[in-house]
Amino acid sequence: MYKLFSAHKTQTTRRQRGFFTPLIFSTCLLILSAVPLGQAVAERDSFRVCWSIYVGWMPWGYGAEAGIVNKWADKYGIDIEVVQINDYIESINQYTAGEFDACTMTNMDALTIPSAGGVDTTALIVGDFSNGNDAIILKDETSLSAIKGQKVNLVELSVSHYLLARALDSVSLAEKDVTVVNTSDADMVSAYTTKDVTSVVTWNPLVAEILKMPGATKVFDSASIPGEIIDTLMINTQTLQENPNLGKALAGAWYEIMQNMQESADVRASMGKASGTDLAGYEMQLASTHMYYAAGDAVDFVNSPDLLQTMQYVAEFSFTHGLLGEGAPDAGFIGIATPAGIFGDADNVLLRFDPTYMQMAADGKL
Amino acid sequence: MSRSRRWINAQPSMFLKITLGLLPFLVLLLVYQYQSDARKAENPKDKLLPSFSEMSAAVDRHAFQPSKRTGQYLLWRDTASSLTRLLSGIAIAALLGLTFGLATGAFPMFDALSTPVITAISLIPPMAILPILFIVFGLGELSKVVLIIIGISPFITREIYLRTKEIPAEQLIKAQTLGGNSSQVVFRVLLPQIAPRLIGAVRLSLGSAWLFLIAAEAIAATDGLGYRIFLVRRYLAMDVILPYVVWITFLAFVLDRLLILISQKSFPWYHDD
Repeated sequence: MYKLFSAHKTQTTRRQRGFFTPLIFSTCLLILSAVPLGQAVAERDSFRVCWSIYVGWMPWGYGAEAGIVNKWADKYGIDIEVVQINDYIESINQYTAGEFDACTMTNMDALTIPSAGGVDTTALIVGDFSNGNDAIILKDETSLSAIKGQKVNLVELSVSHYLLARALDSVSLAEKDVTVVNTSDADMVSAYTTKDVTSVVTWNPLVAEILKMPGATKVFDSASIPGEIIDTLMINTQTLQENPNLGKALAGAWYEIMQNMQESADVRASMGKASGTDLAGYEMQLASTHMYYAAGDAVDFVNSPDLLQTMQYVAEFSFTHGLLGEGAPDAGFIGIATPAGIFGDADNVLLRFDPTYMQMAADGKL
Repeated sequence: MSRSRRWINAQPSMFLKITLGLLPFLVLLLVYQYQSDARKAENPKDKLLPSFSEMSAAVDRHAFQPSKRTGQYLLWRDTASSLTRLLSGIAIAALLGLTFGLATGAFPMFDALSTPVITAISLIPPMAILPILFIVFGLGELSKVVLIIIGISPFITREIYLRTKEIPAEQLIKAQTLGGNSSQVVFRVLLPQIAPRLIGAVRLSLGSAWLFLIAAEAIAATDGLGYRIFLVRRYLAMDVILPYVVWITFLAFVLDRLLILISQKSFPWYHDD
């Protein structure tokens, strides 16, 4: 046996090249990997926004397609790329990782994913709240208290889980009285058809689909906790502070889209089509969604002390389910700032509700 | 030019072999460490690339401390559930594969009857028929095991079928001239030679079996390794996900080694070459 590098000096250069190719390749790999994944935030003129399919976020898709977002971006001399992501959680993860400057998500997911991950996040636009879109459905039972002892299929740790916790609370039950089975939303409808499944918590359009089946009764929905499941456009706080034009362009675009949406059935039909249904199906989902078409109403909602109370519920739920991180000593570990006050640690505010840009839209100053 | 001068003939010493083998792992770890540090410098709470100390804390929480909510040791409970599903799925699939593979390989009449349908079934992507599986087998443990069985048994069947066909016809003729009947040929000539090849086929299908297990657990479950990964993905807990992935890789490695060991112990003649 001889050592590897004992090859003779007079070896042909062809062989040597054969050795150097992998060497060069691995060097390139090392250099490439030395480029950090995260990008430093600074004033710039090109931004990326992500959204996923949901009744209250379809306007972003329409706005991008109809050129409204571009129009407002041009007005403020910036570039905004609007990207649709098919997997909701993946879109939030991408935003949290810094791939996007803003993204659509619910108040609870904003607290538990970006904020809990140290990414200071601001609710730039409060678009709507779920007013019946999320529901608990029982099979062959008609009252919520019958859920006791059942297996409940839902997407664990999602707003469905939150809705269940709030519902159980309302009939003096606790989560330990049921068995939560984590079930993918993609399979919820077919899961309901099996005999193992007796209760589900999910959202529209799945709720509508399941309610068509025999024996299905809606026993609780988000209309009973109005204003608690909030759909927003969340934005990186630092990016927003350094680039107020991005906030202005997005808010300006959003309320123009809202106006078109409210006035034109064609616009609503195109949003319905893009979400896989038609005008009738989309209007039915809109009926259980409290849209804030007018910026002023959204500002009032954000300014109300109710929002502070809601965020406290959400933070407490998130804490008891370990969503604020293992290092969190209590529900107030992550501070949540609203115009009515701060919930939790004022020195660790990582989620903010700031009506500034919506107010500008309401005042016609954009 | 002597033989030793060519790189294709250069053999690493034992020490060099181990060093070279470890090198890529070391490079990967260093690249990870560097990237993680870079992200942490920007945002100390970054969850995407957790530090090694955060991951070891997550391992400690999941493996050595009872869960606050349920009082269970999550990693072990997840491992037990997943391994139960995986091993029962693989065992049943292996038995089915052996039975059908041997029967189709040995009996031309049975071959004509069932090979076309088995071939057709083996081409169906199991993930595409999930809703049907739910309706037939429900959402409980059964459907998870069934998904693994459906996923890997056609492969094992076809592998056993091909291996059976490969056994020289001379052997079968010889056994028959010695007065062997069909069942004696199957059980005394074919089966003993197929058994080690069954272990080989199972080893090859382990990767798919894990894939189907994790897919099944992602769909509806209350515990399991795949369940945990998909659950904590909801809040980007990479400090939990990465150790779980390493653990799954380790389990898969151990299973594979065990199968080789069983094969070597039980069928030493098969490994003599």
